[in-house]
Amino acid sequence: MQRSDYLIRKVFFALATLVVVIVFNFFLFRILPGDPIKAIVRSPRLTRAARERLRVDFGLDKPVFFDGERLRQGDVAGALDSQFTAYVRALLHGNLGISFRSRRDVAEVLAERVWRTVVLVAGAETLALVFGMALGLASAWRRGTRLETTILLWALFSWGLPNFFLGIILLILARGHLPVGGMVVPGLKPEAGWTYWADVGRHLILPTITMAIVYTSSYVLIMRSSVVEVLSEDYILTAKAKGLSTFQILRDHALKNAMLPMVTMVALNLGYTVGGAIQVETVFSWPGIGRLMYDAVMKRDYPVLQGTFLLLAVSVIAANLLADILYSVLDPRVKAQ
Amino acid sequence: MEQLKEIWRTFRHRPMGMVGALMLFSVVFVAILAPWLAPYDPKERIDVEPGDLLAPPDAEHLLGRDDAGKDVLSQLMYGARVSLTVGFVASFMSVFIGTTVGLVAGYFGGRIGNALMRLVDFLLVIPDLPLMLVFITMWGRGLWKIILVIGLLGWTSTARLVRSQVLSIKERQFILRARAIGAGRLRIITRHIFPQVLPLILADAVLSISGAIIAESSLSFLGLGDPMLISWGMMLNFAFERAISRMAWWFLLPPGLAIVWVSVGLIMIGNTLEEIVNPRLKTHHLFDPRHMGALVTGMPPEAEAEVAAQ
Repeated sequence: MQRSDYLIRKVFFALATLVVVIVFNFFLFRILPGDPIKAIVRSPRLTRAARERLRVDFGLDKPVFFDGERLRQGDVAGALDSQFTAYVRALLHGNLGISFRSRRDVAEVLAERVWRTVVLVAGAETLALVFGMALGLASAWRRGTRLETTILLWALFSWGLPNFFLGIILLILARGHLPVGGMVVPGLKPEAGWTYWADVGRHLILPTITMAIVYTSSYVLIMRSSVVEVLSEDYILTAKAKGLSTFQILRDHALKNAMLPMVTMVALNLGYTVGGAIQVETVFSWPGIGRLMYDAVMKRDYPVLQGTFLLLAVSVIAANLLADILYSVLDPRVKAQ
Repeated sequence: MEQLKEIWRTFRHRPMGMVGALMLFSVVFVAILAPWLAPYDPKERIDVEPGDLLAPPDAEHLLGRDDAGKDVLSQLMYGARVSLTVGFVASFMSVFIGTTVGLVAGYFGGRIGNALMRLVDFLLVIPDLPLMLVFITMWGRGLWKIILVIGLLGWTSTARLVRSQVLSIKERQFILRARAIGAGRLRIITRHIFPQVLPLILADAVLSISGAIIAESSLSFLGLGDPMLISWGMMLNFAFERAISRMAWWFLLPPGLAIVWVSVGLIMIGNTLEEIVNPRLKTHHLFDPRHMGALVTGMPPEAEAEVAAQ
């Protein structure tokens, strides 16, 4: 199979997934019980005529997907003038609606918060990858020693450790030494420059460490297993016979071969990382997308919930596509034939 | 049946598996006998004095009291019931769906198989926890809803695992012979292929219980647990919201440690089972958060599918 075919298929799949997510997102929030107009305007004095006008204003008088009657008459454009197309059109314009609670533009709120989650997740993933690869390599290299047993037992333990609970434990332990909640000390403004960003950094330490610890174990195990497998190959013996040092062998053979499963792992972990961000941001009141989602759930703020879910789903889909592309670069089997 | 006995004979001699089994059974024991073991009834109305709220452990309340003056130990014991119920039922559901999909996709392949695997791929890229949050928020809180959501979203790993096994089993001699003497498809699948994958499904099911328990506790911690029941996740939610400023460790730590205890026990059982059932699996489920078959073959899922298609 040609590499371009592979990529086209992957892009197509990502787009198809995206479409399903959008339809799903539209549909799920449409089956809510109750009249949406009443949910927005909570006034008993709203007259019937005013309500009707609002229905028209919000486009709720239109058909949900398409108008079958007009479609049969051949009026395709008119038939497609529906709530769904209005929703898609709004999405394309970056319009995600208005928050029920804060009355702010959802897209604006998301844009304001997204970097906070990106910084948290990227930092945690990087730490987890570095430590995971180092520990995995060490445990594979020093097989059968106490080091390996310790690392494996710890990985087993952290597997069953929910990350919100780890967060709570770290929070208890670090209290008094590190900031345990929020993004900055109250009152500190971005105008303060370096002081401000240093404080943000200090607030980032605990949530980042929590997430990193949870994800390290999966990288340790995958790294260890693939290095163990490589080290048992005959060509390692050849390399040794050629006089390559252990370091060279580990670097040139073991590490290189472990990259493929590592990429798979990172891609697989993405969905989990997003879920983990919700828990960890909730524990440490880190004002990112995860905390926003938690608050939206608590306050039943549907437009915000819908927006965050869409953003999270789209980022995971995009990241998976990226991993697939990286795969095609790393794996010669994709190019060959 | 004979097969399961055989597995048990080996399992008995694995310390890791037996320790895990003991850990699990201690919790099962407590869950079943909760009404008799628990010193207090968590639903009982009690009169409290200000000093009782978040009172530290003493002789009468071994794990202290919560923010409403109730006994933490009793809640912990009753909480075991919720966690285990969700864990076992949701895992049974997802393993059942996953096995069916895996058997069909693996045996029939072709268009049906492809369509099913695309569905699996789709569910794999949708982040689980946010989706569960959205479902429960829109749908309302309740034990059965939690079980359904976890069960209906968690089957993809099993489906992949079973499918990859079926793909190799269906080309073996005894299947080809059964087909040659005219055995029907349903008979081949249920009588010949299913027993072959059963042991691996068993190991997968045990691991998926721990996944379901952790998922339930995460949902409850995020405030979406069944309001009528006390679960470990919900205790943590209450403790986190109301007790953290008082540093009431006796309320914070026990429910979390209970979750870790039961899920580590399950993981130990699951991994031991896998090692017994399939010693060739160099990478076993522990290496994969969705404990699925993609890494078992050492190939990316796509490459695996392509090899299978050729």
